[in-house]
Amino acid sequence: MVMDLDGIVSKVKNKFPESILDASIFRDEVTLHLRAEDILPICRFLHDDPELSFDYLVDLCGVDDYPDEPRFQVVYHLCAMKTRRRLRLKVSLRGAGPRISSVFSVWKGADWLEREAFDMFGITFLEHPDLRRILLTPDWEGHPLRKDYPLRG
Amino acid sequence: MAKTETMIINMGPQHPSTHGVLRVVLELDGEVVVKATPDIGFLHRGLEKLAESKTYHQCIPLTDRLDYVAGMSNNLAYVLAVEKLLGMEAPPRAQAVRVLLCELQRIASHLLWLGTHAHDIGAMTPFFYAFRERDEILFMFEMVCGSRLTPSYFRVGGLAQDLPDSFEAKCREFTRTFPAHVDEYETLLTQNKIWMRRTQGVGAISAEEAINWGLSGPILRASNTNWDLRKVVPYCGYESYEFIVPTGKNGDVYDRYLVRLMEMRQSNEIVRQVLDKMPGGAVIADDPRVVFPPKPKVQESIEVLIHHFHIASEGFPVPQGEVYASIESPKGELGFYLISDGSNKPWRFRVRPPSFINLSALSTMVQGRLIADVVAIIGSIDIVLAEVDR
Repeated sequence: MVMDLDGIVSKVKNKFPESILDASIFRDEVTLHLRAEDILPICRFLHDDPELSFDYLVDLCGVDDYPDEPRFQVVYHLCAMKTRRRLRLKVSLRGAGPRISSVFSVWKGADWLEREAFDMFGITFLEHPDLRRILLTPDWEGHPLRKDYPLRG
Repeated sequence: MAKTETMIINMGPQHPSTHGVLRVVLELDGEVVVKATPDIGFLHRGLEKLAESKTYHQCIPLTDRLDYVAGMSNNLAYVLAVEKLLGMEAPPRAQAVRVLLCELQRIASHLLWLGTHAHDIGAMTPFFYAFRERDEILFMFEMVCGSRLTPSYFRVGGLAQDLPDSFEAKCREFTRTFPAHVDEYETLLTQNKIWMRRTQGVGAISAEEAINWGLSGPILRASNTNWDLRKVVPYCGYESYEFIVPTGKNGDVYDRYLVRLMEMRQSNEIVRQVLDKMPGGAVIADDPRVVFPPKPKVQESIEVLIHHFHIASEGFPVPQGEVYASIESPKGELGFYLISDGSNKPWRFRVRPPSFINLSALSTMVQGRLIADVVAIIGSIDIVLAEVDR
């Protein structure tokens, strides 16, 4: 399902002129690469705008591109139920102390997804109401999905 | 002056009605739940990490072990994602067989849910009825791929092998008799006074809230939201089959029950249509880069043997890029987000687990309810902890 990429990009650009770093389509999927500090206002805009109305957070996850820098990415998969559009947002975070605003205030579904990204990658989601490890025990050391975390039995 | 204090009790992780190893820390005021905090991860096996060191084919058995009562659906979502990355498509017969088996899988998964959920609430009999038919389906899976729960039957580009000759008759017999069996389940529960009082108005969630929580599958549809990926973004040719998407009105435990029962009837209809329309031809794409050579040839020629060995041990490189592919699994939207760095192993293997996200709304649903309702609500979400914890 090809989306009208230009339409979405221009709408976001009007509101946030400097936020979109890159926009691309691969296999009919639209990806917007955004500046990390603008993620919360952009998400709120995408959610609240009556025409876009991305009301459904499909997925949120971390990615580690070690040894590249910026090392981490947070990837958001959005869907608008009314128009059936899908959109992927990506932000890059530096390897030292990665942190980004939580989008829990926009989609409650982000609650556990952000906790998982914190648990697996050590990415801090600011203003998350209850940021704790979720799959691993509280005393676990390290973040297993980081590429420099060893794979061992 | 009377003073009440809340009490904290532990439900699980070893508790029959938590369907695996879910622990819920309940803060109670008498019998009323003040706060429920789910504690998960007891079954975490690091699947996403593990997959990063496996070739794309070797990941297929890993997906069986996500939602282990719906192995076929997991296989399908994964191979669709890899096929999307490669830009290839399975031949029509493979697509039809995939739909057929995934709909049978949906019935099997819903039957397991029905039996255990009713049992949780105190109705023993539906369990035996539901498992009788579920076993028929598992028997058919055994005919197809030798395995009841962990099929690993789909391949990138198609299927591991064609259906056995005896399959069609067996499957037709099942589709002929199954609707009457659903009627039987309904006589036990649908108008049952105890069942209705235990489930109606319990754990209700509005459509708006369900969407905001990212819920998917029967639980979202029970909240009066017509959202089914088989209709929204048809894959594997779902657009050519006729079926309706059942929805509920109140979004409570009872409506989730009704939606799943209707879905089983619809799935049975789809299976019947697939059998009628089943196309002939190959069951795997003709793409030697990715697909294993035919077994008889492997035993005849050294070059073909080398080819087989190469794909089995080295795998195949996948173009650089990232895709997200999702299907309507029995539990909801099951998606795979794969990032390829151009090598033979996924750089990032992300599962969008419907059970995990559906379970995250549990605290909201049980707040202010009685402790006995917690059991009914957990059952109605239909979680499989292997998928929650991965």
